[in-house]
Amino acid sequence: MLVLHCPYCGVDVDETDLHGGGEAHLTRHGPGSSDDEFHDYLFQRANPKGVHFERWRHVYGCGKYFHAARCTMTLEVFGTYSAQTLEPPQEIKDAIMAKRPDWTGGAKS
Amino acid sequence: MSNAVSALNGLTAAGDVTVKEAGLRGMITLRGDFSSRKFKNICTELSGMGFPEQGKANCDGDRGLCWMSPDEILLLVAHDDVAESLTKIEKALKGQHYLAANVSDARAQISVSGPFAREVIAKLAPADLHPDHFQPGDFRRTRLGQVAAAFWLTETGAIEIICFRSVADYTFRLLAASAKAGPVGYFTV
Ligand SMILES: [Zn+2]
Repeated sequence: MLVLHCPYCGVDVDETDLHGGGEAHLTRHGPGSSDDEFHDYLFQRANPKGVHFERWRHVYGCGKYFHAARCTMTLEVFGTYSAQTLEPPQEIKDAIMAKRPDWTGGAKS
Repeated sequence: MSNAVSALNGLTAAGDVTVKEAGLRGMITLRGDFSSRKFKNICTELSGMGFPEQGKANCDGDRGLCWMSPDEILLLVAHDDVAESLTKIEKALKGQHYLAANVSDARAQISVSGPFAREVIAKLAPADLHPDHFQPGDFRRTRLGQVAAAFWLTETGAIEIICFRSVADYTFRLLAASAKAGPVGYFTV
């Protein structure tokens, strides 16, 4: 069972109170972008084995989206953070580096 | 004027732990900027309670303030006072970005009281209700069985639950069944 900390409510939340929102930190391509950019924005995902950044919605709670850094192989949670950011905050990167010293900052498309 | 009736009209399941629908309650969803003094002041003025911290509810009788999210408060007032309260909010927050909606008749409130009230809820919600973690004044939005619900613990050890009116019957029966099944004995009272 996955338990994630909602940074808005300040509580540890069971997976059944949440809804997955897919990969985090996607660059949105809309009007004016090329067909390839738009295609990749819609369909291409990193899908890594290892460190992954995800969006989660606290659907039975505050209703807000937040972000989580997780390992897709071990399901270890490195941390959760506000969705009002374009990239993972330094403390999340530090937490990942502490556990995965050979992480190169990948899985961010 | 139509005769307002609450979802379950005060239905009660009496026992060691009693489950009772609380009757007509005034509820206003208020969204806005928590850093605004005007916003906090109108909440305090209408409820008679202090503005709640994250994850808290300050309630007394049928008045109170519940922390729903970083930009949403559930304001509880007497059912008859809702229209007047909305007028006061409109006046106080004029020019601010906010939203106030009367949700009194879209919701139901159910009280669970008795020696193992805490366990009646713990059996149904994926939330930590251990006495070390869930204390009077703590407020949690989560689910009970299959439906969304919010609840807080009162000073007397009773738990007040708010759910959507459309699922009031399900929630009441769920709570009554949990109460009837007795204590688990995991939380030492
Ligand atoms: Zn939340």
